[in-house]
Amino acid sequence: MSEAKQYKYIGQRTIRPDGFDKVTGRANYGADLSLPGMIWGKILRSPHAHALITKLDTSKAEAHPDVLAIARFEDFPTVNAAAFAEGRQDKGLVDLASNILADKKVLYHGHALVAVAARTEAAAAQALQLIEVEYEVLPPVMSIDQAISADAAILHEDMFTQGLAETPSAASNIASRMELKKGDVDAGFAQADVIVEREFSTPTVHQGYIEPHATTVRFDENGTSTIWCPTQGHFDVRASTARLLGMELGQIKVTASEIGGGFGGKTTVYLEPVALILSRKAGRPVKMVMTREEVFRASGPASASQSRIKIGAKKDGTLVAMQASLYYEAGAFKGSPMGPGCMTVFTPYDVENMWVEGFDVVVNKAKVAAYRAPGAPQAEFAAEMVMNELAERLAMDPIDFRLQNAAKEGTQTLYGPKLKAVGLVECLQAAKTSKQYQTALAEGEGRGVAAGFWFNIGGQSSVIINMNPDGTGTILEGSPDIGGSRASMQMMAAEELGIPLDRLNPIVTDTEHVAYNQTTGGSRTTFATGMAVVEACQDIVAQLKSRAAAMWNVTSEQVDWQDGSAINLAGEDKMTLAEVCAIAEKTGGQISGRGNINARGAGPSFAVHLCDVQVDRDTGKTDVVRYTAIQDAGKAIHPGYVEGQYQGGAAQGIGWALNEEYVYDQNGIMENAGFLDYRIPLASDLPSIDTIIVEVPNSFHPYGVRGVGETGIVPPLAAVGSAVSNAIGLPITALPCSPPRVLKLLQDAGQ
Amino acid sequence: MAEMIYQSPKSIEEAVNLLAASSGSVNILAGGTDLIIQMQANIDEPRVIIDVKKIAEMTQAELTEDALLLGPSMCCAALTAREDIKALFPGLVESAYLIGSSQVQGRASVGGNLCNSSPAADTVPALIALNAMCQILGPGGERTVKAEDFVTGVGRNCLAEDEFLRCIEIPRPEPNTADAYLRFIPRTEMDIAVAGAAVSVTVKDGICSSARVVIGAVAPTALLVPEAAACLIGTDLGTADLSAAAAAATAAATPITDRRGTVEFRKHIVGVLTKRAASIAFQRAKEN
Repeated sequence: MSEAKQYKYIGQRTIRPDGFDKVTGRANYGADLSLPGMIWGKILRSPHAHALITKLDTSKAEAHPDVLAIARFEDFPTVNAAAFAEGRQDKGLVDLASNILADKKVLYHGHALVAVAARTEAAAAQALQLIEVEYEVLPPVMSIDQAISADAAILHEDMFTQGLAETPSAASNIASRMELKKGDVDAGFAQADVIVEREFSTPTVHQGYIEPHATTVRFDENGTSTIWCPTQGHFDVRASTARLLGMELGQIKVTASEIGGGFGGKTTVYLEPVALILSRKAGRPVKMVMTREEVFRASGPASASQSRIKIGAKKDGTLVAMQASLYYEAGAFKGSPMGPGCMTVFTPYDVENMWVEGFDVVVNKAKVAAYRAPGAPQAEFAAEMVMNELAERLAMDPIDFRLQNAAKEGTQTLYGPKLKAVGLVECLQAAKTSKQYQTALAEGEGRGVAAGFWFNIGGQSSVIINMNPDGTGTILEGSPDIGGSRASMQMMAAEELGIPLDRLNPIVTDTEHVAYNQTTGGSRTTFATGMAVVEACQDIVAQLKSRAAAMWNVTSEQVDWQDGSAINLAGEDKMTLAEVCAIAEKTGGQISGRGNINARGAGPSFAVHLCDVQVDRDTGKTDVVRYTAIQDAGKAIHPGYVEGQYQGGAAQGIGWALNEEYVYDQNGIMENAGFLDYRIPLASDLPSIDTIIVEVPNSFHPYGVRGVGETGIVPPLAAVGSAVSNAIGLPITALPCSPPRVLKLLQDAGQ
Repeated sequence: MAEMIYQSPKSIEEAVNLLAASSGSVNILAGGTDLIIQMQANIDEPRVIIDVKKIAEMTQAELTEDALLLGPSMCCAALTAREDIKALFPGLVESAYLIGSSQVQGRASVGGNLCNSSPAADTVPALIALNAMCQILGPGGERTVKAEDFVTGVGRNCLAEDEFLRCIEIPRPEPNTADAYLRFIPRTEMDIAVAGAAVSVTVKDGICSSARVVIGAVAPTALLVPEAAACLIGTDLGTADLSAAAAAATAAATPITDRRGTVEFRKHIVGVLTKRAASIAFQRAKEN
């Protein structure tokens, strides 16, 4: 792709198509839909972190005059006792089902047990109080150390660690172990002049989306049942619900409402299948809305982690070996992001010898969900902290140290492929010459640098573009817009078709009006759905050319498409897109374009962040005073949105580093299930976050796009952690760097 | 759904009568920033709400020759906009400025903060440091209670069921007197004090001639700490004097460990805040 290529819309800061509805309050979010005859569903949740259910009697609740339905685990036909007895239980679904309605055991405080639907919200709440439950309380397992200790209470008696050389005979809280290696780390460390080895921990955190989970559903025994919910992937809500309830895909229509944040947390189901059971039993539409407390206790969170990192370098700064052991909490059911953690931890570096092992550990906390670059922030935090310590030991500038060892085109990754063209070196160079890096630190300030990597994915996307006789058109896509993708789809289509932006209306449509789209995640949408949009536009252009050819009595090959018009190469004729659409009736009917792809070649995105802090040594409080996020976008379709992604990732990462954490009491009950005491950063807590967009094009995408949504949350943990460490002159090994923790470090060091 | 009765008297007399005539769970509604949240948590509870914001004098502030007569329901945003009050009582105004956020301050009031009687209330230490007096009205007439005696425990105060706070009277400070309030939170706003300290000092010839030190969020109620004040009186607030005052504040604090902080952290922080608030107040008093 030519750097000099001039675009009309790509790269502009256009007005976002979803903006007006959001700022005027017209946008309809998850809790905004009500239907005639609708009733309310509520969920009874476990008061214990770990317990056997010895009695569950719903008869009094059922007798409540306003109660119309009750749902329990037994109502999932594909996983219930009958399915088990008949040997047709879908084991892959059991965890999903028993997370959203517990089977015989509750595995975290807030774990859902029973759902009730009643005529009013208040009646549903009353009915929950009538349900009789008895428990045999078990010891809660609340940390990795506890979970893997020899005398730990076991969460799942049928869980035997996978991935070991020999199949273990005893059940374990370690669901699986994985290992990746290249070269010979022992030989590598033998060549090292300096080796740093440290252990780190990060807390359980939540994605912190502002909109709670909510849904309104209507079961239809003859036709199509409908589900309305805020989700990053309505096609996968449909698939999960269909599998749990033994339905066909065509029997369920899911509409993705406007979404108030997801960050990976809205990629699974909690309420939707339960509401559909209730609706089926009650014969009424059912609405369910989580409270903020339920969101904290029973959705998300992201894995807490423990890790041990060992990195060796020669005196001249050449890295010779990197080694990591990474433990991730999965929550109550297996499935932490251990895999991506192991795959990303050392990817910024081109080093011959690497060895990484990972452990997926269950604990009595809510089942974790994806959170921006799942697994990478925890792992790369630990690795980058050690990289900075090594740079200090080597008396090297941390950016120069990274430049000397940076991954680049041709670098063999630990996880498989060789890297294609990537922008890490460019990001490091931009960091070095940035305004912030040129700014001298004031007295008492500290500075941290960190790199970050995330793969990005492609996958299946489907798009239909319907053109109207007046030359306007509608882009029907199926990728919920959590970061500005409607704007980028509109811009790419306008660029391809050569018509003004406002001629095209991008819509995230339901599961019936476009074919399957993979969930919005993996920073895939502008890349993969964008490619489907381009393909649909090319389909339209081909049709426009043939319609024009028909009018001019020439062949399609004799028609060119330039800047929004068909040009007759065999004559002087020219027709604009609107003119061709206007004569569509005469040339074969109206025009639609289609793009159905399984996109390959997602380009990885690297980032480098700079963080300067001031630490109040009397209180332990850290203020971030300067921050710069530098990241490779491949090509920024909408630079404003790209910068927003960088800043948002930085803000969430700063929160993770400084104050966010789940605080549990000794019984495993979360004590800060609200935004008052679960402290995400406020606007006033952050400086203006500077951004630098690096553009090393991804050759697989027509405009060079790389996903940008996730990488930005990877570097901040170590950038902040290193800055605090630099400011106080002490190592940081545990997050968050909250005031009490930093003060204690200072006091223990006698300062 | 439980029944709720809402009444909005237009005069003090009407409010007294309504309060005397009501039975059961009666709540005085000012800005509602605490009460409405509490009501949402107990939606089934029947209650009577008496909204006092429609009574003009409840939401006004008058500066007389002797005192500031502060309508208890005057919202913090209105209070913090008053330059004349800020000039005399900068510490009180900064405490009001710390409650919630700009939006919350459009509703929340100093009187509401006092009557909610949270140990972490920001304006209460500031009121105590200023020798504020609480005028309480009930069917039996009016009585006056010192600010430090108003709050009696966590969420409890000296108001009888048929009484309400009608005015907060804050005497005009002596010459060369100033106050300051600081609190500690992990963020910058929208949070609740982990610890707080209000200090008022009078300076004569560069020496502190009188002082009041009050600490918040480190005991069931805000605490007046004369031992800390004694460390300041007769000094020029040198490093050693400030450290002594800090130590006295730390010693007086009896905090709990909870999700917002441990005992050790809170005791340490309240000392730091005392030291810093005293320095600010001293500087202000010298410039007065």
